[in-house]
Amino acid sequence: MLSIKNIHANIEGKEILKGINLEIKAGEVHAIMGPNGSGKSTLASVLAGREEYEVTEGEVTFLEKDLLELSTEDRAREGLFLAFQYPVEIPGVSTTNFIKAAVNEKRKYQGEEPLDAVAFLKIMKQKMALVEIDQSLLSRSINEGFSGGEKKRNEVFQMAMLEPKLAILDETDSGLDIDALRIVANGINKLRNENRAILLITHYQRLLDYIQPDYVHVLYNGKIVKSGTKELALELEDKGYDFITDEADLAASL
Amino acid sequence: MTNVNYFKDQFEQLQDSGPATAITELRTDGFDTFNKSGLPTYKLEEWKYTNISSLFDKEYQFANDAQAVQLSDIDAIRLAGYEQANELIFVNGRFIPALSTIRSAASQLIILTLEEALKGEYQELVKTHLGQSSIYLKDGIHALNTSFIQDGLFILIPKGQQLTQPVYIYHIADARQQNTLSQPRSLIFVEENAKLQLTETYTTLGTAESFTNEVLEVVVKENAFVEYYKIQHDGLNASQVGSTHIHQIGRSYVHTVVVSLNGGVIRNNLNLILDAAGNETHLYGLYLLKGKSHVDNHTLVDNKQPNCFSNQLYKGIAGDASTGVFSGRIIVQPDAQKTNAYQSNKNIILSDQATINTKPQLEIFADDVKCSHGCTVGQLDEEAMFYLRARGIPKEAAEVLLLEAYAADILVQIKPEPLRNHIAELIYEHLSIS
Ligand SMILES: Nc1ncnc2c1ncn2[C@@H]1O[C@H](COP(=O)(O)OP(=O)(O)O)[C@@H](O)[C@H]1O
Ligand SMILES: [Mg+2]
Repeated sequence: MLSIKNIHANIEGKEILKGINLEIKAGEVHAIMGPNGSGKSTLASVLAGREEYEVTEGEVTFLEKDLLELSTEDRAREGLFLAFQYPVEIPGVSTTNFIKAAVNEKRKYQGEEPLDAVAFLKIMKQKMALVEIDQSLLSRSINEGFSGGEKKRNEVFQMAMLEPKLAILDETDSGLDIDALRIVANGINKLRNENRAILLITHYQRLLDYIQPDYVHVLYNGKIVKSGTKELALELEDKGYDFITDEADLAASL
Repeated sequence: MTNVNYFKDQFEQLQDSGPATAITELRTDGFDTFNKSGLPTYKLEEWKYTNISSLFDKEYQFANDAQAVQLSDIDAIRLAGYEQANELIFVNGRFIPALSTIRSAASQLIILTLEEALKGEYQELVKTHLGQSSIYLKDGIHALNTSFIQDGLFILIPKGQQLTQPVYIYHIADARQQNTLSQPRSLIFVEENAKLQLTETYTTLGTAESFTNEVLEVVVKENAFVEYYKIQHDGLNASQVGSTHIHQIGRSYVHTVVVSLNGGVIRNNLNLILDAAGNETHLYGLYLLKGKSHVDNHTLVDNKQPNCFSNQLYKGIAGDASTGVFSGRIIVQPDAQKTNAYQSNKNIILSDQATINTKPQLEIFADDVKCSHGCTVGQLDEEAMFYLRARGIPKEAAEVLLLEAYAADILVQIKPEPLRNHIAELIYEHLSIS
């Protein structure tokens, strides 16, 4: 579904991604872990099409299309979804209207009729139950005054509404207490299926106690320095990042 | 300026057309001032950013054939809520009773031409208050309006009348045959304990150029309540200087919202003269500029008495090659202790060719006052744009969503719901068409 080949990316002239390779197939859940500042969010932003990042080398194919050629909105409408590490507050734009607009834009792109108010509300009710989000949040402006946990829950709710083919979840677990983490992880698990791929970006292994990944990759200093199965995450938990990063630093210095 | 001889002929004809009255005297004073001052140029501080004198190269003329405008022309431009409204129609600057609809009882709403008002029981009011704005607006364009006062309105809401039906004034300029100059002039009295909701809107018919040079004077007495809405959504061929001079002579409440969507060169003067202790006034403005539109809002709040409160919030968006100007002047006179005066002007620039000029002016001559002012010029929030686009909302639609949200806190200040919804739709359409 997603094939990343040797991606290099800069921001403000500084190289952040230094040759990333990654293959993700439908139905798989991949976790990317790594210390702060290693480039995890940069990778997510590059995939979602953020214009500040300049891709200097490499290619990305998403569902047989050249992803880097598509606008941000077309990537979304093709089925790529990014749950933001820091969801943006947008005063004055109602969450419900925004999500309705997003759902109908996607339908339009796929040649479907827009949902009418009744059909939309019905789907919304189902998905609200799925991710345990409260109606009162959705009638407010987008993320305005939401707590950290509410923002993350809203991201997962949007994922549920938009039914993406590939969901990239950037530290959706950070800033959550244990109850909120369980609710968010449950929501994500319910959205897991054989047609959908999920890329979990996380700093801590604790999310992976709830969502079992098929593969785990360690991103360090703009490169994937180690890949493995979920046991790699446990090993990281046990030994810390140092055992990998020291190795990588050593290799780089040789 | 090429129109001088034309104006002179027209002025003389008008003066000769009837007996000498207080109005002919006013006109003479006006024309003297006009001859001395000419049209304002950018050399005047107050006109630094807005050049109207060059517009007069277009040789605007007065159009007298009001018959050419039909009721059907008005049907096309009615504002929501009109079924309940008193609709007053001006064509080419002159009140046309035949096209107007007055729904309120004569005991609630008195409507006369200024000439009629001068003959009866209101003559002292007219003599005292008509022309008071020239104390503040001393330039030639204001004087040009005064030089040609004719078929303007005198409107009075008598004591204790809480007028439930709003007053809508439609200014229609007929530019189907020629470049047209319209100069509406009205005087409104809101008596003690009375209430008025007033909305003005402007429409140019035809494709020639129109220039509307309006002066509206409003006098507000003790315990009166006035809401004033001005909606500017005319063609690019329509330019305007609109002066609204509100004199709060009794302790009263005034709430104004000026919305400018489309137009050529627009200058709005809004004066609030707080001439009684404890006056309260709110001034809101929204300008959403595209193409080559030029909108200049000049506000003046003159605190003459103690304990007055005023709050101003003007928000603007400048796209394409448009220009927005805001100049907010607050005067606190020596007697005006305990004044609270606040002012804020916020702008978003959408293009490299767009310009915003913003200038607060505080002149404070009392010591125990609270005044604040601030202005910002920024851009659309990139983070928010990316967030919306990352959900599949196209760039243009995302921009409209954010701009609508930006406009929302001015929109909510339009209190009557039908009018607010109507303006919301106009804003949406205006922002959606690129
Ligand atoms: N807008 C930016 N401008 C400059 N540097 C940036 C910007 N965004 C991220 N970086 C830098 O890129 C590196 C990777 O950041 P990021 O992708 O956010 O890491 P992670 O998500 O793994 O914590 C960091 O060194 C960070 O300082
Ligand atoms: Mg990050």
